[in-house]
Amino acid sequence: MDDQSVYSASKDTVGASDPLPAAVAATGPIAEPRTQPTNQEVSERIAHQDSSPQHSHHHLSAPLAPVRVAGGRLRDDVRAATIVWRRELIRFFRNRLRIFTSLAQPILFLFVLGTGLSSMVSASFAKGHSIDFRTFMFPGVVGMTVLFTAIFSAVSIVWDREFGFLREMLVAPVRRGALVAGKCLGGATVATLQAFIMLALAGLVHVPYSPVLMLTLVGETALTAFLLTAVGIVMAARISQVESFQVVMQFVVLPMFFLSGALFPLQGLPTWLASLTKIDPVSYAVDPMRRAVFEHVSAPAVLAHRFAAPMTWNGWVLPVGLELGLVAALGLVMLAFAVVQFSRQD
Amino acid sequence: MSEDGSIAIEVDDLHKSYGELEAVKGVSFEVRAGETFGFLGPNGAGKSTTISMLCTLIRPTSGKALVAGYDVVADQAEVRKRIGLVFQDTTLDDYLTAEENLRFHAELYGVPRADVNARLQVVMEMVGLWDRRSGLVRTFSGGMKRRLEIARGLLHSPRVLFLDEPTVGLDPQTRSHIWAYINQLRKSESITMFLTTHYMDEAEHCDRIAIIDDGKIVVMDTPEALKASVGKDRVEIRTDDTAAAIASLQERFGLQATVSEGAVTFYVARGEEFVPQLFANFDQPILSVAIFRPSLDDVFMTYTGRTIRDAEASLTERNASRPWMRAQRGRR
Ligand SMILES: Nc1ncnc2c1ncn2[C@@H]1O[C@H](COP(=O)(O)OP(=O)(O)OP(=O)(O)O)[C@@H](O)[C@H]1O
Ligand SMILES: [Mg+2]
Repeated sequence: MDDQSVYSASKDTVGASDPLPAAVAATGPIAEPRTQPTNQEVSERIAHQDSSPQHSHHHLSAPLAPVRVAGGRLRDDVRAATIVWRRELIRFFRNRLRIFTSLAQPILFLFVLGTGLSSMVSASFAKGHSIDFRTFMFPGVVGMTVLFTAIFSAVSIVWDREFGFLREMLVAPVRRGALVAGKCLGGATVATLQAFIMLALAGLVHVPYSPVLMLTLVGETALTAFLLTAVGIVMAARISQVESFQVVMQFVVLPMFFLSGALFPLQGLPTWLASLTKIDPVSYAVDPMRRAVFEHVSAPAVLAHRFAAPMTWNGWVLPVGLELGLVAALGLVMLAFAVVQFSRQD
Repeated sequence: MSEDGSIAIEVDDLHKSYGELEAVKGVSFEVRAGETFGFLGPNGAGKSTTISMLCTLIRPTSGKALVAGYDVVADQAEVRKRIGLVFQDTTLDDYLTAEENLRFHAELYGVPRADVNARLQVVMEMVGLWDRRSGLVRTFSGGMKRRLEIARGLLHSPRVLFLDEPTVGLDPQTRSHIWAYINQLRKSESITMFLTTHYMDEAEHCDRIAIIDDGKIVVMDTPEALKASVGKDRVEIRTDDTAAAIASLQERFGLQATVSEGAVTFYVARGEEFVPQLFANFDQPILSVAIFRPSLDDVFMTYTGRTIRDAEASLTERNASRPWMRAQRGRR
């Protein structure tokens, strides 16, 4: 084929002020209102524009050179996913207020609710056996930060749809999978970054800054963020209106948070609640974090047993590796599901 | 490659239904490469739905369409590589700068890295936004956003540029400014343009237009040919005695005249030749005469039996009973 032929344009320089061809004979008034301004009006208009297009004339005289565009190669998809990911980061760092406000809730939980409950909880134990309840809550609150940030990032797709930007992405010559993957990794990165700020507060609630612990927590946080962003994207594919976001918060996100054992130990629960915690994917994300924290604090055995009781299935203690594997697998399933949903066409 | 360079868009009996509602009821047309082709129609005529099918965003219920030689259903990826789009409602990210929006587009369309900077500057200068490149789009006026979208649509050198109501919602000054850019583009890029509008005066800019009403193409030709096809000029005269004037026009010239806005109005072929006869043979003083060449309004009237404004009013009523239809618009 010859790309060139299409672009072998005339070299005419066309002024921005070209008048309309006089459409009407001079015999009578003109039926169409002359909305097209005269040359002079146009030049005045242009002069008033904050950015003058006048210097554009010489560019227009030379037609744009054709460029090769994306062609369904893996490299193009990676490039597309990368820019979608970068957009999430740009938007995250540009909106400092959001970074700050999304810290308010976890901080209230950790330092207000946590401190309040701490005095009550320690009173219920014999002297000498004490633990800062906030230490217990810490992994849960980190999980909560990840949960809300990840869902919020993913559900921004609904806003993109509302404000049209989604269409700009959907019509691009790249696989939908690349777009969804970029969005998912972007949301996960943002949620992990937000969780960093919470992890920095570890020392205030007697969680040691041990490098091993911190690295473990960061890794687990990132995996959790990936799962939750994927869940959020699946939901976003279903939500057609921004107003429905409240429904999702009330009926999906808050239950996921409360049932995860982020705020209470998994042990000694009534059966109905115990079963619900077991079907909440967030439980399998918070539990490994809590186990990691308790490995690094010196809590009396009786308390550690009571508070850091691990997730069990029918009495069998799940290995941390299996829990993380479940989180990763579910994340991939959700991601695949999201790709399918965004590849559909009406 | 399958394209032969002469036909850019080929559409054959394209249909689109949303449940009960048939939004596009079988349209067929061809657009030659380099041509500017316009869809003129009232709100709800099916213009955006047709564009969405041509740019692979929605799947036709039936029918066939080729864009740049590729089928919009079977070869979606090939079509997407070759088209640029300016949607009816803005599709910019308000929280990014103008430049970031364009860079996003360049990455998504795989514009070679070495070309991105130069191209970015060319298209932004073309629409006069180069100086504002680091401004957040949120701070841009409607006209600036539109220009930025046009620049973005051109960034990857599409073969076919779709413009869905490029000037809707803009003031007349900005509209004519946008049109100045579009007209420059036509001449400098020899790009094929498919645009929609419901402004009659804008349809005049097209090489050919199709009048679309209620999901069907009513008539299709050059604006001049369409106006010529109406044949008659509209003549308005003012006299002291309107009733007598109407009677006398009927009696002496066999013309059916009506009163509109105080003027006696009638249609006659070659109005400028008729008027001297009128003065010679009329029995009462004529205060003023005005001759109007047929406008696209008259064309629309002739082919659909109503004015475009009437068509929009009746649609508003129809949609008032189906509020969710409007609420659905702009999704996806
Ligand atoms: N997603 C949808 N679901 C249901 N009906 C739809 C959908 N999109 C469009 N329609 C209906 O299809 C018809 C044609 O709509 P379309 O948007 O193509 O009109 P249009 O010619 O672009 O009008 P306008 O000038 O207002 O943009 C309308 O009656 C509209 O309500
Ligand atoms: Mg439309």
